Amino acid sequence: MMILSELAYWESTSLRVVGGLAAVLLMAGTLVYIHLFKLVSFMQSRLGPMETGPYGSLQLLAEVGKFLQKEDIFPRKADRFVFAAAPFVILMSTFLLVVVVPGGPDAWFIDSDLGIYLAMAVSSVSVIGILMAGWGSANKYSLMGGLRATGQLIAYELPLILAVVGVVIQAGTMNMQGIVLAQADGSIFGWSGIGNPFLLTQAVGFFVFMIAMQAELTQSPFDMPVAESELVTGYMTEYSGMRFLMFFIGEFATAGVFSAIAAVLFLGGWYVPGIDSASNAFNVIGPLVMLGKVVFLSFLVFWFRFTFPRFREDQLQKLAWKFLIPIALVNIVATGILKVAF
Amino acid sequence: MGLVPGIVKGLGVTGGTLLRTVFPGGVKKPIPAPIKGAQTVQYPHEKETPVARARGVIALHEENCTSCMLCARECPDWCIYIEGHKEKAPPRRAGGKPRQKNKLDRFDIDFALCMYCGICVEVCPFEALFWSPEYEFSEPHIADLLHDKSRLHEWMTTVPEFEPYEAGASVKLKKVPAL
Repeated sequence: MMILSELAYWESTSLRVVGGLAAVLLMAGTLVYIHLFKLVSFMQSRLGPMETGPYGSLQLLAEVGKFLQKEDIFPRKADRFVFAAAPFVILMSTFLLVVVVPGGPDAWFIDSDLGIYLAMAVSSVSVIGILMAGWGSANKYSLMGGLRATGQLIAYELPLILAVVGVVIQAGTMNMQGIVLAQADGSIFGWSGIGNPFLLTQAVGFFVFMIAMQAELTQSPFDMPVAESELVTGYMTEYSGMRFLMFFIGEFATAGVFSAIAAVLFLGGWYVPGIDSASNAFNVIGPLVMLGKVVFLSFLVFWFRFTFPRFREDQLQKLAWKFLIPIALVNIVATGILKVAF
Repeated sequence: MGLVPGIVKGLGVTGGTLLRTVFPGGVKKPIPAPIKGAQTVQYPHEKETPVARARGVIALHEENCTSCMLCARECPDWCIYIEGHKEKAPPRRAGGKPRQKNKLDRFDIDFALCMYCGICVEVCPFEALFWSPEYEFSEPHIADLLHDKSRLHEWMTTVPEFEPYEAGASVKLKKVPAL
């Protein structure tokens, strides 16, 4: 999107909006179809939706149509404004997250020097949306779900950010493009055949990041806030129709965006070994490479999700505070020392 | 089992099922064919035959029923409705007294109430009630789930021949009467 700088403000803004919508909706749709419809079915030795379209590929449209037809119900005692606004806040944080992810050397929405910092900052906005949903519903299950979600998201934001710090130290920049280039142009003990994907040097960071990301997405086994069997899906209890759909899109699009951020941080983003990182070819294959890495990383997320039962609330907090945060801190110290030493 | 081996084993179970479903040919024929690999069948297009002793619907062999009401009384849901009257039947031997026989006027099972416990089939002393594995009898109107005795009698055609128990079992076999 190099052309963005040559366009008028309204032109570049509308391009960004269209691009962002496409990125969020297509990402959510792809992940829901590949993972939620098919992957989980295959993991349970069944086929999933097969009737709408070949291999159920149009099932998503049917689902969206179903949600659009449903009545938008407001509980009588709900705080109407807060209740109505909560899904927009959550979806907004997803849209703001998409903005920082580069899809190629010239395919970006904003090229900020604070890229990853911005991503970590706006990802916490969704906590406010969840708390709004929990509070606005005037329902004890929703409120409990909202509080649990807040406790969990704040607890896991720390290891998430601390895991990123290691990458930032190693790359020497917070710019997402800079992080990709640092990996593409890096070398492992002088051998630059595959660049230097931070997955190798920051394996601990990757491990912490993926677990914290799973918890940030409130995917099982960290789905205590939306535990359907005890909290009736927590803060989403009272939502129906379009607003429920927005929560749903937000959930899966955020899973995609977080996978994309993880791909940029640890797998080298749009870069594949074998092609010079300055090559113009990456404007074409970059987005595809990115999509492949996103699908792979979200596969890991959903594989965990579909395998393990949920943590108890105390186990969940213990994992964050007593395990992930200490090892993330040790990782930062080790990375810092090694960075200075070499 | 330790934490890490447990996590890996869990992932192995789901991942293994995924691979077996997508690639039923195994390593030798790695062609994705989930339709073959999945354990399930695509129901309206393809049907599984239920096992012979599956509890689908209850069939009534009317000739054997004496309207003794045992089934109606044992039914936990009270979903069996029986009405009958006494009839004179010709004597067994010439010159004998005419016998009395209970004639069934009404024998309804309300499958909207029935919980398929099978107690009626168990208690019937005259082998008039049978389990049929037939399961497709849903109706758009709930009142149509009340099957009268002719409908219950029709189910007799679907009752399979009773499979013998394994060798040495002392239970007497229940003979399915021919229609």
